[in-house]
Amino acid sequence: MRGIGKSFPGVRALEDVSLTLHAGEVLVLVGENGAGKSTLVKILSGALAADAGEILVDGTGVRIDSPHAAELLGIGMIYQEFTLVPQLTAPENIALGAEPTRGPLIDERAVRKRAERELEELGLELPLDVPVSRLSVGQQQVVEIAKALARRARIIVMDEPTAALSGREIDRLFAIIGRLKANGAGIIYISHRMDELPRIADRVTVLRDGKAIETRAAADFPSDDIVRAMVGRKLDAHYPELPAIPVAAPVVLEVRDFARAPVVRNVSFSVHAGEIVGLAGLVGAGRTEIVRAIAGADVPDRGEVLIDGERVRIRAPEDSIAAGVAFITEDRKAQGLVLGMTVRENITLAHLADFVAPDRLIDRKREHEAADAMIAELHIRTPGSEQIARNLSGGNQQKVVLAKWLLGKARVFLFDEPTRGIDVGAKAEIYNLMLDLAARGAAIVMVSSDLPEVLGMSHRVLVIRGGTIVKEFSRADASPDRVIAAATGVAA
Amino acid sequence: MKERERRVYWLRIGGALLGLVALIVIVNIASRGSFLEPSNIVRVLRQITYNCVLGVGQTFVIITGGIDLSVGSLVALTGVVAALVANALHLSGFPLIAVTLLAALAVGAAAGWVNALPVVKLNLPPFITTLAMLEMALGASFILSHGRPIALQSTDFQNTGIGSFLGGVTNALHLPAIPVPVVWMAVIVIAASVLLTRTRFGRYVFAIGGNEEAARLAGINVARVKTLVYVISGVGAAVVGFLYMALFSSGSPQTGTGDELLESIAAVVVGGTSLTGGRGSIVGTFFGALLIGVLYNAMNLLNVDSYLQKVVLGAVILLAVVLDELRKRYLSA
Repeated sequence: MRGIGKSFPGVRALEDVSLTLHAGEVLVLVGENGAGKSTLVKILSGALAADAGEILVDGTGVRIDSPHAAELLGIGMIYQEFTLVPQLTAPENIALGAEPTRGPLIDERAVRKRAERELEELGLELPLDVPVSRLSVGQQQVVEIAKALARRARIIVMDEPTAALSGREIDRLFAIIGRLKANGAGIIYISHRMDELPRIADRVTVLRDGKAIETRAAADFPSDDIVRAMVGRKLDAHYPELPAIPVAAPVVLEVRDFARAPVVRNVSFSVHAGEIVGLAGLVGAGRTEIVRAIAGADVPDRGEVLIDGERVRIRAPEDSIAAGVAFITEDRKAQGLVLGMTVRENITLAHLADFVAPDRLIDRKREHEAADAMIAELHIRTPGSEQIARNLSGGNQQKVVLAKWLLGKARVFLFDEPTRGIDVGAKAEIYNLMLDLAARGAAIVMVSSDLPEVLGMSHRVLVIRGGTIVKEFSRADASPDRVIAAATGVAA
Repeated sequence: MKERERRVYWLRIGGALLGLVALIVIVNIASRGSFLEPSNIVRVLRQITYNCVLGVGQTFVIITGGIDLSVGSLVALTGVVAALVANALHLSGFPLIAVTLLAALAVGAAAGWVNALPVVKLNLPPFITTLAMLEMALGASFILSHGRPIALQSTDFQNTGIGSFLGGVTNALHLPAIPVPVVWMAVIVIAASVLLTRTRFGRYVFAIGGNEEAARLAGINVARVKTLVYVISGVGAAVVGFLYMALFSSGSPQTGTGDELLESIAAVVVGGTSLTGGRGSIVGTFFGALLIGVLYNAMNLLNVDSYLQKVVLGAVILLAVVLDELRKRYLSA
């Protein structure tokens, strides 16, 4: 791949990235969340189109404009989320889309034979007669790999393949990778886990802010250097000044010994009035799951949540809301907004009871006034309160979600990726709003995958790994390399 | 943008309305004016009453993204139960009517609750649970009635079934008599429309159909709202069962088990309510039912073959959903 570039609205995802992959080697891509790893491999596998640059396979330039085109070139992708049809068996999945036929009928015996052959090549055995949904995650991954091999893949991309595997399954995966290498396949391997690099990598490429920063032979690239290359930048200066928390500020939110299967375990922390606590960690570490359980979006299995010292029993979102918790979700389109409703209807949705007149009908006049006031206060750019939410820009949609929660008397605000996918101007407005809330005595928990944001906007940083808090940093102690080291599990 | 919003509104309401007006003009010309005679208009309204009331209940369910296939059978079951209750009571006049109606409504509400239970507790598709209820209610109505219509012993229901509303007034004004069931329909349409557009419950119905997860995270008790929409649909079926019983002076297990179910869904869809949820209106359903009623009436006036009538109705339903889809594409373009 030469000089690959890709932009999304408002974001430069990749800039002039070049990399080479030889037959029979494992190239590991590392980088922070949002460094561009996934975008890069999506371009290679035809799921996204590049804006600039070229791709050469065996020295000839190729055009990859669809996953099918990538497949024809021998590029196979093993996604984090598997793409198997759960109801079909392993042989049926392996053959999917390229079933051998005899006349008009599927040749079931050939389907099975092919699966047996591929699995034999991998040196593995699997139950072939049960739906893949009954297989373990590791076995499903094997099916996924066999599927790629059945399509004659010579370039295999694996996106965090060990994320969901147990120790023994990981050993088996590494053995498979060894065999694929020996057969001359080239493997691009995305990883977040420093500890597995020495075991598997031939070369390591570090991506940061959409650029390939450094590539070295793995043997010659100690993990300290890798972390430094991943972080290697100054904090952006455009974060507002955080006011100090008064010494006497009471604890507003306290979480004790919190657990929620399968991810969250043993989480205890507290947040004071006026304090912003950042939850840092890698994707999948369990940060979102923690705030979801506090918000009642998932019901916690164990542990206590206290708000202003009072225990809250959480069985559903309405329990948390009644206790004064506002949850600004990560995915505003899927969870935050009813896109087909108007701005007004979205803003008042969580507090409609406050707008019901004595005759039990909704008082639309007051609803309009409240919506208009929020639109003015938050500078929501919309032609009016009757605009359909779908038609707003991402930043303004996010402000509508915020407005929905500001209408209430919430004391605890849980922000999950509050500025993802929105432009710089709207970001600054949202930061100022968070400070406003803090100044009024709210307790704020912010989950963010944007490391500078976590460091720039938090009084305290809690690092989450494996569903629990592994490290706590005060604002003064939180440096990018320390946080990254804690999040990836490198002894700092 | 304001301009466009207004256009959008009229596109939404306007589809069925425009088709209706065009149809009325054409039919009236073709029938040499007999279509728009007051007595014929009243006849159409009386004919659409039952379909419209079923459609009103169905509208609530469909806006949440569900469907209620059991309404036809529930008409039969509630009619049979109402007739049995009426015959067993030693009452007359208003108390008899009130208790009988309440019995029918209770059965309809209970059936709706049963419909909703597996949907909200186990997340089962309402298509299946209400299909099961369709069979169970039908079977129950045959068991209770031994397969035969149950004739009412009292004549106190006649006014409800075939009487006219404020007959003296309409007579004095030389207007055709307004049937009592039409008044029921008018009250139900208005009340349901207010419930859907002006109350918290109605707002939540739209929110759940538009984005159930966002609704849940906003603290809405999704299970309760969903349960209520099926109860409303069951109650609507019970009203129709009761009115049919009053009309025929008997409760029959055959009533309501013909085209009623599909035509009530057709009224909802033709009225601009989206089968995928989140969008729709009671007024639209009324016009949808009216369009179908006018179509049938017109085809009868013009002596269209009754088999052909079915074909035309199907074509109109298809046309309505195609136009709705095109409208959506226009709006998102």
